[in-house]
Amino acid sequence: MRKTISEKIISEHAGKELTAGDIAVVDVDVVMSHDGTGPLAVSQANKIGFEGVKRPDKSIFFIDHAAPSPKKELSNAHIIMRNFAIQTGAILRDVGEGICHQLLVESYTCPGDIVIGADSHTCTSGALGAFSTGMGSTDIAVGYILAKTWLMVPNTIKVNFNKKINKGVFAKDLIIYLIGKITSDGATYKALEFGGEVGSRLGIDDRFTISNMAVEAGAKTGIFPSDEITKTYLESQGRKDCFREISADKGAKYEKVIDIDCSVIEPMVSQPHTVDNALPVSTLEKVVVDQVFIGTCTNGRFSDLKIAADILNDRKVAGGVRLIVVPASKHTYLEALEKGIIKTLIDSGAVIQSPGCGPCVGVHQGVLGDGEVCLSTQNRNFKGRMGNPKSFIYLSSPATAAWSAVKGYIADPREVLG
Amino acid sequence: MKAKGKKLNILVGKSFKFGDDISTDLIIPGRYFHLRSNMTELAKHTLEDADPNFIKEVNPGDFVVGGKNFGLGSSREHATTVIKEAGVGAVLAKSFARIFFRNSINIGLPVLVCNTDKIENGDILEIDLKKGIINNKTGNLKLEFNPLPEVMIKILNDGGLINHIIKNKGFNL
Repeated sequence: MRKTISEKIISEHAGKELTAGDIAVVDVDVVMSHDGTGPLAVSQANKIGFEGVKRPDKSIFFIDHAAPSPKKELSNAHIIMRNFAIQTGAILRDVGEGICHQLLVESYTCPGDIVIGADSHTCTSGALGAFSTGMGSTDIAVGYILAKTWLMVPNTIKVNFNKKINKGVFAKDLIIYLIGKITSDGATYKALEFGGEVGSRLGIDDRFTISNMAVEAGAKTGIFPSDEITKTYLESQGRKDCFREISADKGAKYEKVIDIDCSVIEPMVSQPHTVDNALPVSTLEKVVVDQVFIGTCTNGRFSDLKIAADILNDRKVAGGVRLIVVPASKHTYLEALEKGIIKTLIDSGAVIQSPGCGPCVGVHQGVLGDGEVCLSTQNRNFKGRMGNPKSFIYLSSPATAAWSAVKGYIADPREVLG
Repeated sequence: MKAKGKKLNILVGKSFKFGDDISTDLIIPGRYFHLRSNMTELAKHTLEDADPNFIKEVNPGDFVVGGKNFGLGSSREHATTVIKEAGVGAVLAKSFARIFFRNSINIGLPVLVCNTDKIENGDILEIDLKKGIINNKTGNLKLEFNPLPEVMIKILNDGGLINHIIKNKGFNL
């Protein structure tokens, strides 16, 4: 039987041969939730009882969504998670350590793992060659207690990114372009498997960006095969032992193969209020921005901050624009500090906030006012996402975001990178 | 759904019609994040950004009816729980986002896939969960809905995932 990556990983974890469409109970390697979903997972886990958390070393709670807490109710929710972690021996990553998905790839996810998380963007870990998927708090509660879940083996859509990427075009543009093409439910219940001559050469940060947004097409996960690039990344995190090579068999059965010619892709934006409302920046009428946000599990990594700093170096953020930058993790933050990137950003007029989700979820640190426009490097622009249903969110790459912050309106980064 | 009586598999209520792509941000926005540990208060804002009158007008047993891709976005289970808490008997849509669908079953909220073009806002519906039939009494027509996968029927019949796990001391799917 020639298998896709999903079929391989799920079969291994079920202890039997499975193909797309089969349903099985599987062992899980990593289980996680955060302060938006963790407190409910705790109360559900307490209902089950049993003997506590099955694998405390693989059960993780992250405090990243409202961190540090802006309200007493949220502070109390944080206490619930901290207490449960103390009581069960589960791992707690507290305020300021970073976004759950970033910390997962830095410290926990290994190629070939099954990772389940109470957050839709858990698919990010797929970039390391794991089967990693989002679920609700109840499924995650069961995952904590049993270290198991049930899964249907998904059909897979193979996406080949081919030819070459033009200057000024980044992984974020590729994935926005893809979602624009297949729409917000184009991959519902399916796995996306990424490859092609461009796809297989993408750096690890670019892979994280692309896997992160698989769910914006409805996908269950977005997987890259693990390779030398994965290995080098894991080594850089002091985790070379967890590397293994995992790829689809030649002749594996895909539901569909999508070939993308990257050479025709320009810098892209998603317009309000859906991610699949995608257009090249060059075709936009002048869209004046009030706030620009560079960060999140999609684009808050070192390479993202670096490209922003390269553009903002010796330039100033336009009058009337607020530029907010949030490193994805403490590790990212320190690296950017050491390389002088944080200073460049601050000199240009940026506000740097503590590692975490920042204003992406609409809880704190940059909630939009009525009628305001934000250009963000996050993954989602639904109405109300950043705390105000009367505001407008556009999505782009960090390069487009940085250049737009300088110009004061959404602008094509090829003007400065070209 | 827990009850064995035949009558209790019949749901009757009024339709509240919504469009395509109703996101979890529209169902329960992030600005109410701080209420997530207080489901009663949180539920007062159910679907507020999609229809501010919904929560004032909905009665126990009524139905939320969407277009395609209902519940896309965040994994927040609260999006399903507030709909149930608001008294909604079932959610009907042409298609559902994956996590929302799974969460609904886990908490025991029926989610039915059917052609919702045939349902207007305010239509009175009678739904036979066992037979898989929706009787649109206002429109005077019958619709079928897709049967759930067997594992999901087991979870629903046990009264949701937590009860399933407690009852079986683990998974028994």
